[in-house]
Amino acid sequence: MIRALFLALVLAVPAAAQQADVSDGLGMMASDPGSGYHEVLPETPIAFPADHGPHPGFRIEWWYITANLEDEAGEALGIQWTLFRFATRPGGEMAAGWATPQIWMGHAAVTTADIHLAAERFARGGIGQAGAVAEPFRAWIDEWRMESLGTAYAPLRLTSSGDGFSYDLELTEEGPWVLQGERGYSVKSERGQASHYTSQPYFKVRGEVEIGTRALQVSGRAWMDREWSSQPLAEGQTGWDWFSLHLPKGEKLMLYRLRDERGGDYLTGNWITAPGQSERLAPGTVAMEPIRWVDVAGLEMPVAWQVEIPARGLSIRTEPLNAQAWNALSTSYWEGPVRFDGTHRGVGYLEMTGY
Amino acid sequence: MRVLEINGVEKSFRTPQGPVPVLNGVSLSLERGQSLALMGESGSGKSTLLHIAAGLEPCDAGSVEVDGVAVTGAGDAARAAVRRDRIGIVFQQFTLVPSLNVGGNLALQARLAGRHDLDWTDALAKRLGLDDLRDRYPEQLSGGQQQRVAIGRALAARPAYVLADEPTGNLDQATGDAVIALAQELIAEAGCGFLVVTHSARLAQRLDRCLTLDAGRLA
Amino acid sequence: MRAAFAALASHWRAKPLQAAAVVVGLMLATALWSGIQALNGEARSSYAEAAAILDGDRLDRLEPIAEGRLTLEIYVALRRAGWAVSPVIEGRVTVGGRSARLIGVDPLTLPNGRLTGAFDGGPGIGAFSAPPWSMLAAPETIEDLGLRVGERASSDRGPLPETAVARALAPGVLVVDIGAAEALLGRTSLDALLIDPEAPRPDTGWAEVAGEALRLVEADDESDLERLTKSFHLNLTAFGVLSFCVGLFITHAAVGLAFEQRLGTLRTLRACGMSARSLTVVLLGELVLVALFAGALGLIAGYGIAAALLPDVAATLAGLYGAEVPGALTLRPEWWLAGLCMSLGGALVAAGHTLALAWGMPVLASARPEAWHGAQQRSLRLQAGFGFLALVLAGLAIVLGGGLTAGFVSMASLMIGATLLLPPVLAGALSAAQRVARGPVVEWVIADARQQISGLGLALMALLLALSTNIGVGTMVESFRATFTTWLDQRLFADVYVDPAPEQTARFRDWAEDRDDVAETLETVRTQAILGGVSVAVVGRPAGSSYRTEWPFLAAKDDAWDRIAAGEGAIVSEQLARRLGLALGDPLDLPAPEGAWTLETVAIYADYGNPKGEVGVDRERLTGRWPGTASDGFGLRLAPGASSDAVMRDVEAAFGAGPDALIDNAALKVFSHRVFERTFAVTAMLNVLTLAIAGAALFASLATLADRRLAQVAPLWAMGLTRRRLAVLDLAKTAALATLTAVLAIPLGLAVAWLLVAVVNVEAFGWRLPLHIFPGQWAALMALTLGVALLAGALPALRLARMAPARLVKIFAEER
Repeated sequence: MIRALFLALVLAVPAAAQQADVSDGLGMMASDPGSGYHEVLPETPIAFPADHGPHPGFRIEWWYITANLEDEAGEALGIQWTLFRFATRPGGEMAAGWATPQIWMGHAAVTTADIHLAAERFARGGIGQAGAVAEPFRAWIDEWRMESLGTAYAPLRLTSSGDGFSYDLELTEEGPWVLQGERGYSVKSERGQASHYTSQPYFKVRGEVEIGTRALQVSGRAWMDREWSSQPLAEGQTGWDWFSLHLPKGEKLMLYRLRDERGGDYLTGNWITAPGQSERLAPGTVAMEPIRWVDVAGLEMPVAWQVEIPARGLSIRTEPLNAQAWNALSTSYWEGPVRFDGTHRGVGYLEMTGY
Repeated sequence: MRVLEINGVEKSFRTPQGPVPVLNGVSLSLERGQSLALMGESGSGKSTLLHIAAGLEPCDAGSVEVDGVAVTGAGDAARAAVRRDRIGIVFQQFTLVPSLNVGGNLALQARLAGRHDLDWTDALAKRLGLDDLRDRYPEQLSGGQQQRVAIGRALAARPAYVLADEPTGNLDQATGDAVIALAQELIAEAGCGFLVVTHSARLAQRLDRCLTLDAGRLA
Repeated sequence: MRAAFAALASHWRAKPLQAAAVVVGLMLATALWSGIQALNGEARSSYAEAAAILDGDRLDRLEPIAEGRLTLEIYVALRRAGWAVSPVIEGRVTVGGRSARLIGVDPLTLPNGRLTGAFDGGPGIGAFSAPPWSMLAAPETIEDLGLRVGERASSDRGPLPETAVARALAPGVLVVDIGAAEALLGRTSLDALLIDPEAPRPDTGWAEVAGEALRLVEADDESDLERLTKSFHLNLTAFGVLSFCVGLFITHAAVGLAFEQRLGTLRTLRACGMSARSLTVVLLGELVLVALFAGALGLIAGYGIAAALLPDVAATLAGLYGAEVPGALTLRPEWWLAGLCMSLGGALVAAGHTLALAWGMPVLASARPEAWHGAQQRSLRLQAGFGFLALVLAGLAIVLGGGLTAGFVSMASLMIGATLLLPPVLAGALSAAQRVARGPVVEWVIADARQQISGLGLALMALLLALSTNIGVGTMVESFRATFTTWLDQRLFADVYVDPAPEQTARFRDWAEDRDDVAETLETVRTQAILGGVSVAVVGRPAGSSYRTEWPFLAAKDDAWDRIAAGEGAIVSEQLARRLGLALGDPLDLPAPEGAWTLETVAIYADYGNPKGEVGVDRERLTGRWPGTASDGFGLRLAPGASSDAVMRDVEAAFGAGPDALIDNAALKVFSHRVFERTFAVTAMLNVLTLAIAGAALFASLATLADRRLAQVAPLWAMGLTRRRLAVLDLAKTAALATLTAVLAIPLGLAVAWLLVAVVNVEAFGWRLPLHIFPGQWAALMALTLGVALLAGALPALRLARMAPARLVKIFAEER
């Protein structure tokens, strides 16, 4: 049921968007002014530290960390730590206690070449079981935590545990926060659905990951996405394929394809230079094609991709660390580490939803 | 002294095809101390005649008198009283009361009739060779022994006459002969009449008289 | 084979009464058995559903050591320490004059699957868990409370959330989001935390997080309801088995007789070249057909019985244990299957002997008097032997065994033993009578009765079982009623009981003190403590009040109330005393928040109907040890001449107390008595049914034996007893045998009652009932038995009285 709820919550968004389309006709802004949720507006600037904290006036929001790690033997692994916030109705940011409409959901996963473990938590907002605070920064659900170790935002401590795994990592920043889309305004369809979107792709990670009875000392790189919106998908959009890639020489690449059942997938992304300059890759300048499909949890999933950005001289093939990186949770999706080669070599994360 | 007087008795059985006459004006009589054999083919009506003579079944017409008491026209209770007080009956089978032992069976009718004579019953038991069998139940007796108990029980009440319906029918010849001989001896001593229905000529010729019934009439 | 079948079947057309006896016997057996199984199954599955969905007893749970101690902060701290716990708030609301259990849950943290079924077809979690919320209830609950789906009903706690249907929920339960429950019930704290059994437990113990505020209540293998109602269901099942046995007696008698009467046909078939095997197969086939037919009829009748009894059973369970069972019966395939199997199996058991006879039957046989005497001697010896063994076993089970099972084993052995001993005892009694009897007719009647024991034995055994169960259960019920009524009168000695809302307690106290027509205000407080690993209620009562003079004890020390007032003595409910093995003078340590409170057990009191243990102490002393313990309500003793109606009206006006919070003593007693009456309506109805079946068994036996009996009565008729007299004697004999059986049923019934009261009840409920004896009940039962016997014997006797002489005469001339 809980699964059904969150599917409904996520999938109900396009339905709401559809209603908004009908009522407002053409020229939709990123959210429906009549819905009661806050609107995503291009002119709203992203401002820290306030934006590290929650945005309860928006419908949906997440703190999304993926990390590409290696243990002491050089074996690759990845971890995911995600905290979602949903509002089940608008205007509820004022209601406290059990009556709050804010629902929090945590997902955590560990992936090695042959193991993928995932866990999930739910909590009501307003009672302290889950939440986020901008300064000093902390975000939590149950005993899962991401919090500043000192008064500064970084270094951060990141902990989680689930059936058969746990991790305790320290994240240090090696570069600035970057704004995705245009100055943090990320368009999600031709019709203007958008989100506020900012990332920290320059985390260095050290710590310990336990898988079963094995404790691994790990190190590597992590990428955090912060995104909030009131309308993540447009009508007809069935899901997305999302890359966050660590390119050589400190460059970063964020890419996504929003699939549309009526055709006309929406492809865009941002190219981030080593010092942290972010440039939007306009639709039409990016090509992403599946090159290998694998049966995952009874679904045919494209686990290997060919990615082309001619303007940047990029032509790579991505391969998953573990093709079965399926988060079989109440909302299930594919989320796992990848490596790539071609014109560029490196590692990153791939997320595929809506299959 | 006349113990049984039957005059013009008629009886028919109702069947789906209409009444079937069984007895067509039968008359006979029996004196005290006299024995009479009633013979006839199967279906000649001899058993029916016996049942009427015993007051077990009523007749359609004619009269039956037992020991001077009219049975015809009497009610169920009166006929039962005649049976109890004046008639001793010995049947071919199932003539004893299974729930009573030999002693109980021997004395039963005499006690019912209120004429129980201990000495006479003892004497009968001795004469019938039942003295050692008094505590046995009918199921533990041979066929001959059972018939001897039946005869003893019939005589113990000192009836006006004894009626027997194929008394040796279930017995082998030797046993049958012995039982009848003993019965005749005792009946003679008691001075009763003795009416036997049989199809055995051998048995009939040992009695004083013999009548043959044919199609409901005496030949 | 077909011809053989036809030849055998023609018998049933000729003897419809026998055919009816076989069918009715099997049908009754199947009907009562399956009806009771259906009832039990319905109740059990509804507990199972209730337990599966929400019953906290099935999960380990953390509970506050005192009300209010389980705060939201503790819950969040536990979650943040990795404890997979889920909060619950519980209370009662009154809707449309009826009280219902309101459970508030947090669907986001509820252990996996616990509420899954509840949402099928209901609102989404989003609508459920955010204002204005929605409320889930089973369809029966919706109907009972007069709710409407999609509408907001009003309650004593204010408007309820919109009603939605959740089929899988237990009846009588309203499930809402914990936020809604908190708002409705006006709570600021939680009642319990359910621990997810599947989640790993973190290294940090819950006590390290929660301090001393909580205690762990471990999961029960079975829910309280199941344990409590087990005895009730066992009683029902025992009735079912009993009825089944009685039905089998009928079938056995009828099948056996049909075999005997068809001996001629069977011999002819064998003589015509049919093998013993084929003949047995034909007989078996016939039996299976009859069994399936009768079984199907029985299932239909059983469904009728279950449907008719279910409301009473439901009322009984609700009244006695607070267990809600849906009032509608569902047909379960396994129920049908089991019923047919029972019918088939029963028919085979009943006919097994007959089939064995058919197998080994000689082709030729001579006519001989029925060999009853030897057979009876043998079977009487055998029955006496086994009967005695069973009685020994019954005694051993009590002496050596323990627990509910031993009680029921003992009861079953006692019943079996006594039943087996019935024919030998009857035969002995008749032999004795025979020695003193005078007169040929009386002697014959007694001898004949003795002979008939073989044929009527089974029916008489059935009668004995039915009667002794009747007496046993009746004695228990009446004892219960007498004890309970007296106890209730003593226990509820205040005139008006008021349970004001927590915030009104202080005001109510002052209000009551100021009233002239209130002679005494008796306030009680209540908290929970763990004793012997189980949660026990600790109730504080004012020791210096009329409790001192009015409160009934089972056993008490002379200075009991002085010791209580001094804070040195505690009174203990019988259940708790038995469980902890406490006797007067024994020490008792109550784990109070500030440390153990050592008390002496100064009295033990009856607390019927309450499965949980209770300890009573002085109120002031209790609140001293458990500061902040909430009031549990007030009892008001009125001044002489004061009107309880007037007081209640004023309470209602001043405090807005609803029917749940304001109780008139007289009304309470009436209500309690009514619950009690309904509670045993089922037992009473089953008693009547079993007695009716025993009567039917007697009738079936007499009717089927009538032909065989002709060989017994015909010689007597020939010797001058009229048919009418013989018929009257027969009827008198039947009545005498039945009456003798009824007399023998009295001691057996008392033994059963003793087992129920002193063994089964103690094991099942934890308290012992004083045994009262009700000779009036026996007299009524004797009269009823006589009536049943006369009714059962009337038709066969009438047939004998009217039998054509020609038919009787034939006995002497025909081969049977």
